[in-house]
Amino acid sequence: MKFADFITKDAIRAELKSETKEAVIKELVQALLDAGEIDADQQEDIVASIMKREELGSTGIGRGVAVPHTKHPSVQKLVGTVGVSEGGVDFDSLDGERVQLFFLLISPPERPGDHLRALENISRQLRDETFCRFLKQSKTADDIHQLLQEADDNQFVSG
Amino acid sequence: MTNAPLSRTVTVLNPQGLHARPADMLVRTASKFTAEIMIGKDSELVDCKSILSLLTLGAAQGTKLTLTATGTDATEALESIAQLFDAGFDEIDSAKGVEPVVDS
Repeated sequence: MKFADFITKDAIRAELKSETKEAVIKELVQALLDAGEIDADQQEDIVASIMKREELGSTGIGRGVAVPHTKHPSVQKLVGTVGVSEGGVDFDSLDGERVQLFFLLISPPERPGDHLRALENISRQLRDETFCRFLKQSKTADDIHQLLQEADDNQFVSG
Repeated sequence: MTNAPLSRTVTVLNPQGLHARPADMLVRTASKFTAEIMIGKDSELVDCKSILSLLTLGAAQGTKLTLTATGTDATEALESIAQLFDAGFDEIDSAKGVEPVVDS
């Protein structure tokens, strides 16, 4: 699976304004709403279910990266977006570091395989430190999108 | 004890596969041991104490994984980790194998 398969270009956000976990999740869900990927009447429920998932254990997986996510019956396919916070957000990460890079994913309940493949793709690409650093330094959504495209074209990882 | 790596095979039983929460559970358990613990498919073994590495496996339900441990507490480490797999990371409803409401 490639980033282009699940990251909505118009929902990518550089320079996130939020400074708390809940605010950053809301900001990214709003971005997916603005891009037409989710229904307005489902927005609150999606935010609530992502927050509920965070209560089970933070999705801040280390290296300044978090993958907040949920399953939700209102989406027909896996949808996701990327956000970058210059100063980072306290996300209760497993390694205690602030999170600068967010991959927010919403998947249909009956498609656990797609969610796994998205996580696999994200984690494989982020093992490349250059890619990870460039993403965190991105100042515009276009820069982020271009980096994702380059990663999809295997310009960062060989395998 | 010995420095030769111990090895066993584990199977992903829970329907959601090895997603973020099971990966977190694996790291927390593996980190209790001093042994070097590796896990993966065939030749591609990754560090069982790194969540980012575990997620690169993309291991879906039914996937068989090789687990190895090297160090003085290797036996205990393998046993503890295999138990997590056997229990389906607590995501399997004992009666029907149905997913819990909140998961992933």
